Amino acid sequence: MIDWTPLILTFELALVTTLILLVVSIPLAYWLVHTKSRWKPVIETLVSMPLVLPPTVLGFYFLIAFSPANAFGNWLQTNFGLKLVFSFVGLVLASVIYSLPFMVHPIQAGLANLPSSLAEAAYVLGKSKTTTLFKVQLPNIKTSLLTGIVLAFAHTVGEFGVVLMIGGNIPGKTKVASIAIYDEVEALNYAAANRYSFILFSISFCILLFVYLINGGYLKKFWK
Amino acid sequence: MITLDLSKKLAAATGAMQLRLQLSIEAGQLVTLYGKSGAGKTSTFRMLAGLLQPDDGRIEVAGQTWFDAPRKINLTPQQRKIGYVFQDYALFPNMTIRENLQFAVPKNQNAKIIAELIEFMELGQLQNRKPLTLSGGQKQRVALARALVQQPKILLLDEPLSALDSSIRLKLQDYLLQLHQHYELTTILISHDLGEIFKLSDRVYQLEAGQIIAQGTPDEIFIQKKVSGKFKFTGEVLKIEKEEIVYIVTALVHTNVVKVIAQTNEVKDLKVGDKVMLVSKAFNPMLYKLA
Repeated sequence: MIDWTPLILTFELALVTTLILLVVSIPLAYWLVHTKSRWKPVIETLVSMPLVLPPTVLGFYFLIAFSPANAFGNWLQTNFGLKLVFSFVGLVLASVIYSLPFMVHPIQAGLANLPSSLAEAAYVLGKSKTTTLFKVQLPNIKTSLLTGIVLAFAHTVGEFGVVLMIGGNIPGKTKVASIAIYDEVEALNYAAANRYSFILFSISFCILLFVYLINGGYLKKFWK
Repeated sequence: MITLDLSKKLAAATGAMQLRLQLSIEAGQLVTLYGKSGAGKTSTFRMLAGLLQPDDGRIEVAGQTWFDAPRKINLTPQQRKIGYVFQDYALFPNMTIRENLQFAVPKNQNAKIIAELIEFMELGQLQNRKPLTLSGGQKQRVALARALVQQPKILLLDEPLSALDSSIRLKLQDYLLQLHQHYELTTILISHDLGEIFKLSDRVYQLEAGQIIAQGTPDEIFIQKKVSGKFKFTGEVLKIEKEEIVYIVTALVHTNVVKVIAQTNEVKDLKVGDKVMLVSKAFNPMLYKLA
């Protein structure tokens, strides 16, 4: 019988990561669209770095930074009792950074493509920037938000390198599905590896199909 | 009373341009900013609405300072309470027509003006539809109604009727005049359409490259030659044809097509699309009562 814990852990991780990303990315994308700061290119580059870096590089630096043997990790542990290496919290934090561009980019593009007169009309009507963001801007970029949510979720489900570096392979704690597959293959247990792989394959396929159906307008009747 | 004294460096199509203008508009007037695109008309609106900060100068409205560069006063758009109809209407696509109007209601104002505006602008049939399903003229009416929900004293209209065909345009001009009078607005209009300007505005400010080059009543601005015609209409040249020794000029006056005979020297610098005035002096008009 299949051990469901890695799969459940994977989806827990993806869900928590996506929720945090949504909260973090909306203000970040909004700032990137509206700022005239000369730091904008630097911040944009940092946000996009996980797209091009090997996940192992990210994982390696997280491992170094979070290690209780080093200053930052030590500070976290003594002040907050937080141990980020080989823990679920550490996985979440690493995943948030690793999937950040997948959430920020669609939202940023969505906001930038909205005619600026929409927000301006709301300001002239006496509405604050916050009200305008939640009542006018975000509701009009629903498809971008959905794309961001789904891509960030799917990308987190699919991560391997970062998770392996920072989380290791602790069953029920950091052993997510992608690592479980690797584990089973190493143990020459192909049947189990296939079960995990097939489930991940099907779910990823369904998630992406869902996005394309919605953004292509095929589900217009149900999504308004 | 609106007093503007603005200076702002703008990036125009032809390079940097220095906008420098002073004007004062009396309360209750309907005035037009007229001029080529890129002359600084929309930028003037944006500065008045607080969407664009002038480099220097002052904006005072009804005794209240909205902007004062030396004293570092700059009210936000939210504080200025202005009615602004954008060129692209800027209706919120996620809301129905009624929701668009409701969104505009200030916190401590009751919403009964919405019913009044829906009635006035004949939007009853449309109120549950989304803006994307409306025609240009319908969107225009919604945009006008929405701009008036917070009962501003100033209404800014950025080429509101330019995209509409002429019969809808005439109807909307009537709406505009009625609204202007009913709500005792001070209205500033950006327009290129001479017929519209003559019909609607008390005064015209002609802008060129960020400066006011002429101001006065529409008659003073556009009718250079002194004519004491009994009938004056403005129109647009549709066609110029040579017929033996004279020319026949076909012009569009409001919705009527009129043919006028012209001499060679009169058509010399006339081309299709030119704005013209048609005057009749020699004949006495006949009067017929319509049933």
